[in-house]
Amino acid sequence: MLSPSAGQPLYLQLMQQIRHAIETGVLQTGDQLPGIRTLAEQLVISHNTVAKAYSELEHEGLLGLKHGSGAYVTAKRGTKSRSEKVRGARHRVQVFVQSLRHEGLSDEEIHRLFEAELYYPAFDLQKS
Amino acid sequence: MPKSYVIETHGLTKCYGSFEAVQSLSFRVSSQRITGFLGQNGAGKSTTIKMLLGMTHPTSGTGTILSRCITDAKANREARRDVAYVGEDKQLYGYMTVEQIVRFTKSFYPDWRSEIESRLLKQYRLPLDRKVKALSKGMRTKLALLLAFSRRPALLILDEPSEGLDPVSIEELLQALVMAAADGTSVFFSSHQIAEVERVAEHVSIIDRGKLVMDFSLDDMRQSYRRITAGFATQQLADRFQIHGIRKMQASGRQVTLLATDNADEIVEIVRSMEPVSIEVAPMSLREVFLETVRKGA
Repeated sequence: MLSPSAGQPLYLQLMQQIRHAIETGVLQTGDQLPGIRTLAEQLVISHNTVAKAYSELEHEGLLGLKHGSGAYVTAKRGTKSRSEKVRGARHRVQVFVQSLRHEGLSDEEIHRLFEAELYYPAFDLQKS
Repeated sequence: MPKSYVIETHGLTKCYGSFEAVQSLSFRVSSQRITGFLGQNGAGKSTTIKMLLGMTHPTSGTGTILSRCITDAKANREARRDVAYVGEDKQLYGYMTVEQIVRFTKSFYPDWRSEIESRLLKQYRLPLDRKVKALSKGMRTKLALLLAFSRRPALLILDEPSEGLDPVSIEELLQALVMAAADGTSVFFSSHQIAEVERVAEHVSIIDRGKLVMDFSLDDMRQSYRRITAGFATQQLADRFQIHGIRKMQASGRQVTLLATDNADEIVEIVRSMEPVSIEVAPMSLREVFLETVRKGA
């Protein structure tokens, strides 16, 4: 699902989800993606957003675009090791989040910390 | 990428007696996309739309709709052929049945899209033989939407379209808006329902007390608007925070909250150099932006 309130443009969120689906193997080379219009209808977002995400992914070489607004996956091989990497990382994040919960942090707080770290990497407050 | 404008106004003003419902409004709506027109009740949204459609005459100022002057009656009539409007008060002929009004409206528009008509008749489950005056508010809204979408207008203007609709119908409405836009219709809709605007709109104009207070792209908001909250061990002087990109600053005690609409990374760096004891950066939702904007003068 795309989140309209997340601090990231919708087309970037959509790109990430498609990229993620390719990395994990849910989408594979040759697979068809819905047309721009159809995906816009399904996700209830502007067709401009879908068009932008598709065209950026085409630039990255992950998608091929067809006439009539269809798209298909062109990702090269080697994505499998990538998907394993992602799976491994996911497991580590799981364990880490679990341990933070044990320390009494709320999900809300954990979420904020992750977000802050991703968008604004931490710096050392204490000057040594 | 959209370059042309379907709506343009210059100093548009409407007074009712001494009350200025719309004050010198200058704004533009780009073609080929969905624009949300946000404001509280009574902010001047409907008055603006009525002026655009030639339904009420501006006290001063002017504007164009599909490049035709809104204060020239003939030009405005011409423009209206390519503009569909769904208003608060769905002006429909109450004595007609649903089927009659569809057939009646269809006769005016050579470019009528029968496939959209039949799809929406089915989707909205409109009773063909019921008189319009016997329809519920939600049903009447759906009928008005069906008549507007089937015309496939160049510009679709909706005034509070989700008013009186249940959640399922709102979802169907948003979907229909998205589809109309994908078919090349420029959509301009007013609403005070922030969540629905945030979902489908690409651009937002906020009006407050008759004035345009903000005009921005939602993806820009997601990308660049940040709330920066910093705590300090000592009181901070407000003028330390005159940094480019800060739209609003609030200080309570030793905590400072900054709303940045631009330049957030640099602002964060500068604030960090002031040695805060804590600093938090969070993206802003349209709800926050809206509330901060309309509360500003309060």
